[in-house]
Formats: sequence, C-alpha cells, structure tokens
Amino acid sequence: MSDVLIRAKGLSVGFPIGSGLFNKQILKAVDNVSLDIVKGSFFGLVGESGSGKTTLGRALLKAAPITAGGAHYSDGDVDYDLEKITKDQLRDYRKRAQLIFQDPYAALSPRMTVRDIIAEPLEVMKLTKSRQETDARVREIAAKCRLNLEHLRRFPHAFSGGQRQRISIARALVSAPKFIVADESVAALDVSIQADVLNLLKQIQSDMGLTFLFISHDLSVVAHTCDHVAVMYLGRLVETAPTRKLFAAPRHPYTKALFSAIPSLDPDDRGSAQKLKGEIPSPTNQPSGCKFHTRCPFAIDHCKQVEPKLESDATGHDVACHRWKELMAPQAA
Amino acid sequence: MTALIDVQNLTLKFRTDEGLITAVDNVSFSLNKGEVMGLVGESGSGKSVTAKALMHLNAKNAVYSPESRVTLHTDKGPVDVLSLKTHRELNIVRGGAVSMIFQEPMASFAPAITIGKQMVEQLQLHGDYTWDSAKRWSIEMLDRVGISDAAKRFDQYAFELSGGMRQRAMIAMALSTQPKLLIADEPTTALDVTIQAQVIDLMKDLVAEYHMGIVFITHDLGVVAQTADKVNVMYLGRMIEEGPVREVIRNPKHPYTQGLLAALPKLDDLDSPLTPVPGDIPSPLERPTGCVFHTRCSKVVGDVCKAVEPTERRIDATHKVSCHIYDEVPA
Repeated sequence: MSDVLIRAKGLSVGFPIGSGLFNKQILKAVDNVSLDIVKGSFFGLVGESGSGKTTLGRALLKAAPITAGGAHYSDGDVDYDLEKITKDQLRDYRKRAQLIFQDPYAALSPRMTVRDIIAEPLEVMKLTKSRQETDARVREIAAKCRLNLEHLRRFPHAFSGGQRQRISIARALVSAPKFIVADESVAALDVSIQADVLNLLKQIQSDMGLTFLFISHDLSVVAHTCDHVAVMYLGRLVETAPTRKLFAAPRHPYTKALFSAIPSLDPDDRGSAQKLKGEIPSPTNQPSGCKFHTRCPFAIDHCKQVEPKLESDATGHDVACHRWKELMAPQAA
Repeated sequence: MTALIDVQNLTLKFRTDEGLITAVDNVSFSLNKGEVMGLVGESGSGKSVTAKALMHLNAKNAVYSPESRVTLHTDKGPVDVLSLKTHRELNIVRGGAVSMIFQEPMASFAPAITIGKQMVEQLQLHGDYTWDSAKRWSIEMLDRVGISDAAKRFDQYAFELSGGMRQRAMIAMALSTQPKLLIADEPTTALDVTIQAQVIDLMKDLVAEYHMGIVFITHDLGVVAQTADKVNVMYLGRMIEEGPVREVIRNPKHPYTQGLLAALPKLDDLDSPLTPVPGDIPSPLERPTGCVFHTRCSKVVGDVCKAVEPTERRIDATHKVSCHIYDEVPA
C-alpha cells in the first residue's frame, strides 16, 4: 500500500448565505467528499463550473472553511489534522502546500519584478537568512522553470502567457512544498503553450517528488497528465478511478456525457455524440435524490428519491450511481 | 456561389509609443453565403484584429495600408467597408449586415440595463421597430436560441443569467437584426465543454436556418473540426495556411499547423507525449525577417527561411500554404 499524503473523510464546505435571523441558509459547495491522494501522484479533479472543485482544492489548503468531516495531511515529517490545525502548524503547512492559479495575468503583481515575485514567499515565511541565500534560491528555482537571469529583472507585463505561468509555478515552488494544488493552471493558455507548461509540471513533479491536485475542466488534458481522476458534480464525488480505467470504461452517466462533449478532431464525426441537456442546478436549490437526475437520460423514479452512495470496488474504481451496472451491461455483451 | 465578403491585401498597423506595430500583414480571403470559416491561431496572431477590420471596428490608432480592401456584398450592392466614416454609414455593417459575438458575454452586456432593453435598443437602431414589436421579436429570438422562460429573461440583467445562458442571449441579440455575416470571436472558450457542445449545435442549426456566413475565431482545433467548412491559420499577422477543414486537419502542410495539432492532447492515444511548439510567439515589435515562423520552426531549410518571405503555394485547387519546404508551382 502506498503512502497517502492527503486523506479527506466526509469533507464538507458550506457558506452561509442570506442575512437576518430566519432566512439563513447554508450553501453546500462541497458535500461529504472522501478521497485519498497518494504521495507522488498527479491527482485530477474534473467537473463543470459550479461543481465545487475549486472549493475542494481550497479546503485541502485550509483556505476554505471546513464545516463537517475533515482532512489529514501527513508527509512523513509532520502529521496535521486540517480541521484542528493550530496557528503554528498552519504557518508550517503553508510552506508545504501551495497553489498555482488559473490566470497568470491576474496572479502576478504588475509592480514587482519577477525576482521579487518569486522571492516574496521566502521573505514572508522567513525561510532564508540572508539576501544572498534568497537570491541563490530564486535563481535555482527560476532555472528549473526555464526562466533566465535576464528575466528576473523585468516586470510581468513583458512576458507572454506561457512565461507568466512559469513565473507563477516558480513562485509556488520556491518554499519547497510537498503538495501543490494547480487550479485550471493551463486553461488560459494557447494549446501550443499548454503542452509546454504541462510537460514542465510533470518534469518538476518527478524531479522534486511533489504531489499534485490538478483541477481542470478539460478531460483530454487530465487524461494526459494525471494518474488518478475524480469527477465532481454539485459538490459530490460521482466517480473516481485510475485514469486509464476511467477513460477506458467510464461508469457514471455524467462522466460519459463529459467525454462525449469534447469536440472531436474528426470533421466527419459531427453531432454523433450524446449531448447533455440543461445546466448544472444552483447549489442553493439542489435536486433531491441523485443530484444528477435532472439532466440524466437514464434517471428513474428511484434516482429522484434516494441518493446513491459511492460504491467502491477492489480495483479502486468507485462510482455513485444506482444504475451503472445495468447501463454497462449492453457494452459488455 | 456568390461571395459574401471579400478581403484583399489587408495590412493593418497600430501606431504606438514604440512605433508602428504590424498586426495584420497582407491577408486575403473570401467567404461565401452559408459558409463557416474557422480562423485559427495563438493569442497575438492577429485573428481578432482581422475580424474587427470586417466591421471597421479597430481602435483609432489603426492604420490601414492603401491597398487594403474589404468588400461586403449586401442586398443593395457591394460596400467598401474601410471607406465608411460616419456613424450612420457604419451602421450598415455594424450590427446591420454584420454582427459579432464576443468571448466574454459578461463583459459584452451592459450590467445595469436589462437584456431586453439592450436588444430592443439595437433593433430600433437598425430597423423600423416600435417598442412592442421589438419586444415581441426579441422574446421570439430568445426563445429560438433555447432560453427557457424567454419573457421573464427579457426583463432580467446579465448577472442573473448563467454563463451558457448569457452566451445564448448574446447570440440571440446578434442574430435579431438578421445579419448576413456573423463574426464569432472565441464564443465558446469561456464555457464548460457540456455547454460548449450545446452552443456549437445551436450555431450549426442557425447557419442552416438563416443561411448566413460565419467567421469563427478560435484556438481550439477540435471546435473548428466540428463547425467549420474551411480553415485559415494565422501566425503573427500572416495567413500561413488555408483550405477545406478536412484537408487542413488531416493533411496539414505548414509546420506551424502540424505543431498545433501535435500539441493537442488526444483522448485516443494517451501514451504519446505532448509536443509543444517550441518557444513563444515573438513580440510584434521584434518581427522576424523572412518567414515569420522561422524562429520556432523545426523544419527550417537553410538561410532562405530567414531571408525570404515565402509566397503562397498551392497544394491543390483549394489548399494553400506559405512555406519554403514546398515547391513553387505557378498558379
């Protein structure tokens, strides 16, 4: 059994909405999610906007309030219960867990040089003792992210999207973290650059022995980079499996619909896909039973009343659907 | 078939503090009625600027070369778009014969005016509508693009709609004046794949129904494969390859087009590594000499690429490429 770096158990994140005494409501952004992220893995998290994937990522960084359940972090040196973490522990956890944002244009301060941007975490967390040490560390990490010394003196506006994303990556890596949440980190990039940044992330992961939580809505990107994938819908985990298993035989109707929505590169293969109707419901007004039944082409009455549990199997392919077995059957025959 | 829009030798520079920047360099193409053209390229390749030139919508510091011609064939005869000056003249193309859908629907609607009021306003500007008839037509259009409860949405604000709904409303608004040409600038980039699939379907239906021409700007070759009839690939302001969609995607000729296709993650082959196009697109201030792509090209054939700008070669009647690795065949 390989080591688990992050273990979430029944993790829920809720935000109070509405004001006043009587109409207080809780918006459940993440609802009873349990997952294990194995050390050294590239864990993908997919779903539409509004599915709660970003909130889950933030909760694991202790940047969103955990309202129920909890999550454990243990990297061999330290062992933190994220729910009851103390101030001192949290300060240490910030070094160990870092975030790379989606938009490299918004994430970098236009008034700081690249050197200052990358050095800031070191200075704020007081990780280095002298300016020389800081500079050495910045140069080392910049080289890893393929930025040269000339780049360090410039301001972010002089860089293209791909270069900026490399600066963001360098900044996230400078505190020598163990765990990185990459939230849609290639979504804003051109395809030619996207491949470059993905290759860089993979390279860094194997060089530095990192664990990634890779949040994305692009299934083809996830298929190429991640070794384990979890699919979210309205705050719930609906399916999780090793990447190859998931892509070879998706079990949940939602996962299948996500696959068929990817535009095919074959001009003669137009419109054959089974398309999903409607949109993800508002989290303040969630459907009863299975959250997906309002858009599911296979929903029956049972789905409207009873919420399916995430069923585990021995191969690590878990799915939360009442009907997955019968829906898979015709394919097997 | 009759041409709908005809672009000849379009060259466009922007006057800036750092000097003249070439955004579009000698681009020619034409589009027929009922045809969908995919305009593909990285950010900075000049695809949006080219599309905006079709409506004469570029900023005041844009300088068009004297040879640049954009001719729009309307019911009342050809219109020389770049010679239009006053607002009244420009209304013929802007929102009249040509409509545009932008990438970010939240930024395209005024936040403090209801969707309905914005739709009515443009209808009254371009046609002979009373408030009531414009309202009726707007609600019909909203209904047509698949917005449920259209009468209620008419009185709502942009922030009350989801991303997919907003993009549908944007499409309804763009089509309500029944344009001949629709320019869609990355209309699905900000949407989820599931919603993207719905919007693509909708646009295909609308082309069939209204028989208009569409210029579809995107960097996603999958979206192009699903929507376009022909594809034009741009790089640093140059049109480097054009042809029918099947040809360009299955049999790409330009090293850049080949690179774009190789960089795409493919679902049917998870083992192949992703190969990025090396390097970044150069700054328009440092335009490479010769072939603009030679700084990133893996197939450079000696000094000719650095020194000489490649002319357009014909692979066959419809497939053209500008690259030195192919023999020059006189057209």
